[in-house]
Amino acid sequence: MLDIDKINNDFAALFEQGREMLREGQAKIIDEKREQAFRQFRTLGGIPGKTEDYLYTNLLPVLSKDYNVVFKYIPQDVNLHDVFQCTVPELATDPVLTVNGWYFAGNKKLDLPDGVVICSLREAALKYPEMVEKHYNRYATAAEKDGFIALNTAFAQDGLFIYIPDGVVLERPVQIVNLLRAKADLMAFQRNLIIVGRDAQVTLLVCDHTLSHDSFFMNTVTEIYLDDNAHFDYCQVQNQHLSASQINSVFVSEHRDTSCDANIVTLYGGMVRNNFYVALNEEGGCCNLNGLYILDKKQHVDNFSYIDHIAPRCTSNEHFKGVMDDTSLANFAGCIRVRPDAQKTEAYQANNNLLLTDTARVNTKPLLIIDADDVKCSHGATVGQIDEEAMFYLRSRGISVAEAKMMMMFGFAHDIIRHIKLQPLRDKIDALVESRLRGEFSKCHHCALQCRK
Amino acid sequence: MTKEKDNLLQEVTGSDYKYGFVTNVETDVIGKGLSEDVIRLISSKKEEPEWLLEFRLKAYRHWLTMKMPQWAQLTIPEINYQDIIYYAAPKQEEKKNWDEVDPELKATFDKLGIPLNEQKTLAGVAVDAVMDSISVKTTFKEALAERGVIFCSFSEAVKNHPDLVKKYLGSVVPYNDNFFAALNSAVFSDGSFVYIPKGVRCPMELSTYFRINAAKTGQFERTLIVAEDDAYVSYLEGCTAPQRDENQLHAAIVEIVVEKNAEVKYSTVQNWYPGDKQGKGGIYNFVTKRGICRGENARLIWAQVETGSAITWKYPSTILKGDGSVSEFYSVAVTNNHQQADTGTKMIHIGNNTRSRIVSKGISAGHSSNSYRGKVKVVKNCQNARNYSQCDSLLLGDKCGAHTFPYLEIENPTAQVEHEATTSKIGEDQIFYCNQRGISTEDAVGLIIKGYAGDVINKMPMEFAVEAQKLLQISLEGSVG
Repeated sequence: MLDIDKINNDFAALFEQGREMLREGQAKIIDEKREQAFRQFRTLGGIPGKTEDYLYTNLLPVLSKDYNVVFKYIPQDVNLHDVFQCTVPELATDPVLTVNGWYFAGNKKLDLPDGVVICSLREAALKYPEMVEKHYNRYATAAEKDGFIALNTAFAQDGLFIYIPDGVVLERPVQIVNLLRAKADLMAFQRNLIIVGRDAQVTLLVCDHTLSHDSFFMNTVTEIYLDDNAHFDYCQVQNQHLSASQINSVFVSEHRDTSCDANIVTLYGGMVRNNFYVALNEEGGCCNLNGLYILDKKQHVDNFSYIDHIAPRCTSNEHFKGVMDDTSLANFAGCIRVRPDAQKTEAYQANNNLLLTDTARVNTKPLLIIDADDVKCSHGATVGQIDEEAMFYLRSRGISVAEAKMMMMFGFAHDIIRHIKLQPLRDKIDALVESRLRGEFSKCHHCALQCRK
Repeated sequence: MTKEKDNLLQEVTGSDYKYGFVTNVETDVIGKGLSEDVIRLISSKKEEPEWLLEFRLKAYRHWLTMKMPQWAQLTIPEINYQDIIYYAAPKQEEKKNWDEVDPELKATFDKLGIPLNEQKTLAGVAVDAVMDSISVKTTFKEALAERGVIFCSFSEAVKNHPDLVKKYLGSVVPYNDNFFAALNSAVFSDGSFVYIPKGVRCPMELSTYFRINAAKTGQFERTLIVAEDDAYVSYLEGCTAPQRDENQLHAAIVEIVVEKNAEVKYSTVQNWYPGDKQGKGGIYNFVTKRGICRGENARLIWAQVETGSAITWKYPSTILKGDGSVSEFYSVAVTNNHQQADTGTKMIHIGNNTRSRIVSKGISAGHSSNSYRGKVKVVKNCQNARNYSQCDSLLLGDKCGAHTFPYLEIENPTAQVEHEATTSKIGEDQIFYCNQRGISTEDAVGLIIKGYAGDVINKMPMEFAVEAQKLLQISLEGSVG
């Protein structure tokens, strides 16, 4: 296995070698940030080792693989819209595809209200330089000590750009499908920027899929800016194969009277690390963050969140639940930070875990850092098994052990799923989770490749 | 009448830190600085056997390779370890009885209210008093010896019971455990040693009173408690120090071994000088306390009231190795003015059916910062472990901070682990309710805090509970309203 210094040196060498390719056809602003980020990466001493934020996350095994890195867009030999079929047709969305971190060239032109922009970030930076300059890499600085974020800014060349102008309410959800498809092991970077204007509303559905069996290491950063009174609904479903690893970082910057509802469901994936940074910058901001992870085999899922209450009178609710089977490992680290002036803050955080086997593990670390006094903050964390009394209740009504257990687990998971607002999606995830808990669902079930059967 | 009232008021509000006096006793101090020679000097002054010197040197050499840890939620000014005096002892010749003891020393402990004078004690608490680095006097030694209980200073134990010391020293906190443990292992001067033989229930509470007196010194004491099968002991610890503008370092180690069916209750009232209102001076209290429940059904209970010290960094922890063993941790930590505390516990579940309970209450006022940091670990082969943690923080004032850092590491599906924490200030409705019934705001806050901390204070032995209650009041004086 490689050591961390070797990996850091490799990244540095890669950057120096690829600098010209990385800059090709890019807007000035992106390249300026790229150089800054690379210097930051150097200053930090590279990717995080065993730091407080990465205490339980050992990335060396996944980083030690020999990945290829491609610094330009490689056209796919098939039309991805044909290969990828959304399993929830009732959603009636027009999916926007990205592939290996790049905006898919074959995306159809969407029928969108005036002023709404959904395009590649690369294109947006050239077309709307002022807007991109105003927002690009402004919010990701919340994690300035995380070498992976610096790495993303240094290497990312493309991703999605979404702009919803003031007052526009998008009725149809925007579905983003992040696909990974290659002919060899691949490391890729993706950078998304989403700007939601004043009084605007949008629902974003993000699906992560893999379309080939190669090992992947994906580093994605999404920055989301919510202007006053904007409402943002975010739902991410992670469904990749076991040798895909990803570090998925979402940064939300909220302003006056905004709301952000985020749900993240991790069904499959080798090593998944989700970072959520929410900054409540002005009064009246509200954030609801829910997560569900159902793990088996050797999966490793890490959920890290940092809710920063900067302004007074904001509320945040955070709830993560997980079921761990086989030799899986789940980590949760949530931090509620209340700054000195953020009076009247209400913040809640909970993490519940069900361990099913002797070899599954869970580490949970819910933190409160509070520097204001007029606040109501609480958190809770539990690790345990199915409640015996509830089991007894069900058994005494003639329900078999297996079925009762299933009902309990399903209820446990549904507690998170119920927050998903898109009903067809909610039903689908309910069904997926149920079959998954019953052991019927395997990755191949709905996979486009259908090859491992 | 008015004057009397004024006096009373003066007494109450002026009683910020009533143990801040300095005693003028002749002290035997060595030069500043730390080196192998200093360690050899300490060892020779204490006439220690070779193996103990080796232990110290080993620890020192390891310490040199270590760095001061940075992970705590504390701002610690750099400590110059060469600017500390590592050994200071009140000069006194071998004293046969209490009357011959230096009257200044006696006066000190009288002022502190420590019942060293056996004839006058009502409480029936055996006391070991440690001033600067040296155990000054241990009371009731004979009465305890009748039952086979050994309660003496650490140096005496090294001389009289070397086998026991050798067997248990470093068995719970190894010399290389952490930065401060290594430092302590290298330079520790004295402390208490308690040994409760099989089946003995210690007839009285044992107590150690730690006092830092000399200037520019550090205090590095070591406590070792061993409870054999079916034994029981309740041990109390209290600490004070004079009021000085400089910071003094206190790095202690407490090791507790609890065998089968034995029970140890360890209570602390920590009231080192916290520094003045501007945050000048005060003690740095960096302590490693750990116990191991070695046998089946062993019990270890920690109860602590932390009101003093400029910076507190301590995590009394328990390794639950024996099947069915139980550990409980109760803590009230109060920080005021510019104090900082990062304190909590660790419960390591190894044996089957082990249980632990954590109740931590933090109160922050002024510009202080108060953190709970706790770890609950259930190892892979530990069946049916049970843990419940409750950590509440109360904020009095808008300049202070309250932080909670729980770490739950679970590797077994039969474990049931729960953690909950809340942070809030005293509700306006609660104050209003009291005001409405004619209780002043200050009194109301006092009442509410009393109720809030009650869960923990009730777990302390009675004499301590009274003291703890008073301390709480004094520490928070003037921070409300």
